[in-house]
Amino acid sequence: MTMVKNIFIRFFEYIGAQVLEKLEGIGSFTKHFLDISYWTFKRPYRIKLFLDQFYFIGNKSLFIIALTSVFSGMVITYQTYIGMKVMGAYTLVGPIVVLTIAKELAPVFSAIIVTGRCGAAMAAEIGTMKVTEQIDALEVMGISSRQYLGVPRVWATMLALPLLNLVFLFVANIGSWFVGVEVLGIEEAKYYSKLKSFVSVSVLFEGLIKAAVFGYIIGLIGTFHGFKVQGGAEGVGKGTNAAVVWGMIVILILDYFLTSILVKVLYEYGV
Amino acid sequence: MLESAISCRNITKKYGEHTILKNLSIEIPKGKITTILGYSGAGKSTLMKHFLGLVKPTKGELTILGNEVPNLNDDELRKFRKRFGMLFQYAALFDSLTTYDNIAFPIKEFTKLKKKEILKRVQELLRAVGLSDESLYKLPSELSGGMRKRVGLARALALRPEILLYDEPTTGLDPITTKMVNDLITTTGRTENTTELTSVIISHDIQATLKISDYIAFLERGEIIEFSPTKEFKNTTHPTIRKFLDLTTH
Ligand SMILES: Nc1ncnc2c1ncn2[C@@H]1O[C@H](COP(=O)(O)OP(=O)(O)OP(=O)(O)O)[C@@H](O)[C@H]1O
Ligand SMILES: [Mg+2]
Repeated sequence: MTMVKNIFIRFFEYIGAQVLEKLEGIGSFTKHFLDISYWTFKRPYRIKLFLDQFYFIGNKSLFIIALTSVFSGMVITYQTYIGMKVMGAYTLVGPIVVLTIAKELAPVFSAIIVTGRCGAAMAAEIGTMKVTEQIDALEVMGISSRQYLGVPRVWATMLALPLLNLVFLFVANIGSWFVGVEVLGIEEAKYYSKLKSFVSVSVLFEGLIKAAVFGYIIGLIGTFHGFKVQGGAEGVGKGTNAAVVWGMIVILILDYFLTSILVKVLYEYGV
Repeated sequence: MLESAISCRNITKKYGEHTILKNLSIEIPKGKITTILGYSGAGKSTLMKHFLGLVKPTKGELTILGNEVPNLNDDELRKFRKRFGMLFQYAALFDSLTTYDNIAFPIKEFTKLKKKEILKRVQELLRAVGLSDESLYKLPSELSGGMRKRVGLARALALRPEILLYDEPTTGLDPITTKMVNDLITTTGRTENTTELTSVIISHDIQATLKISDYIAFLERGEIIEFSPTKEFKNTTHPTIRKFLDLTTH
């Protein structure tokens, strides 16, 4: 009997500890968010650091995004064609693929790649600075580490991701055209015939807004897990890992809610 | 009695249930070298973080160079910290920046000096810590531990601080580098600064402490159990300190 009781107590202790830990995490993340927002508008503005980061993100992700987007475009065209052929509606392949890429694939995949490449790098870099007391050195000099290291990274990802999203969109469509027209033999005129009635500027906007929001979140999560690092090299590893895992989880969850909001805001037909 | 640079009055610091500093009072004199000795975990680093306003006391008053440190807001704190220099245990150089950029960092950040003037100042500082221009464009990863310490010290001195803090400046260094760092600590005050430089050192290196300090404080479980000029400190009768002294000096 006492054993059962003990297990019960242990169980609730465990749950309690987990809940507390998560709440604490949310609290410190919120504080990080507020800090970054506050420092964004405080002088001096670190334009050069922002540009360095912006270049770094583009440079690190551009090639991978170009490479993966072409194949994503190709495979999605293939799959859609198989589905549509059954219904004899293969003229819809073009518009469906373009919509899927512009609204979902481009922003989400670009975001996931940037999380892996840059969110991780941010956490590793800031985390290393933390464990080697470089962050303390900044603070002791009277420089805010959030302003110096955090703000430029968050804004750089937020502004770079929409551009990468455009690259993804463009290259993926080349891949899709290639498979649709050249491989599957859909006539080019038919492939594009229905495009006009489905695709509007709003579609482009939807992708761009999503990409910007994702970029902001990736920057926020990457820097957060960097500043949170404790201990030595092991702590840096954990922080890097957390930045990637949480980055991806949050992007995928946020994608649903963003979609449901943007659909109402951007399109006449709404839902 | 000498004028105090740092004045702690009845400072208590608690982390949750744990009391790290207990009703601690100390007056650190201006223009002197004061070392805070103590076993690991005694609260030395915590005390130093109070000086910089990185940690706030749970209770008590702390006046540094006329500022009530716990009452400063964030902006005032950042301004206040510019009057400090700090040499970190492993120098804490920015590892993406060269020696020049590391030392120039606070100068670029807080003064309006021109490029030429900055270079001149950096070279001057480099010489003050005994390095040649050869190291100027090397990255921290290309410098030895001792050289990194020197660069760290040059960076700490860049804005002519009034108080210089050293967190275990010689822990983990070989005897020769240790001697060099200790010599550096004693000479910096005189060669570099125009205003009176107050140095505060955290250490468990008793030998060096006895040699270079003007005053020594002994911190034990969050309390200062002895604080006196070095000569008196050597002859203390306090049993805990005697043990510490006899263990490490022969
Ligand atoms: N942020 C914190 N939260 C909780 N406890 C802390 C915190 N910082 C320090 N402590 C505790 O305070 C005590 C004193 O730590 P401190 O780092 O000041 O010791 P120290 O004298 O510098 O030791 P060392 O010589 O090992 O550096 C330790 O028991 C430590 O665990
Ligand atoms: Mg310490």
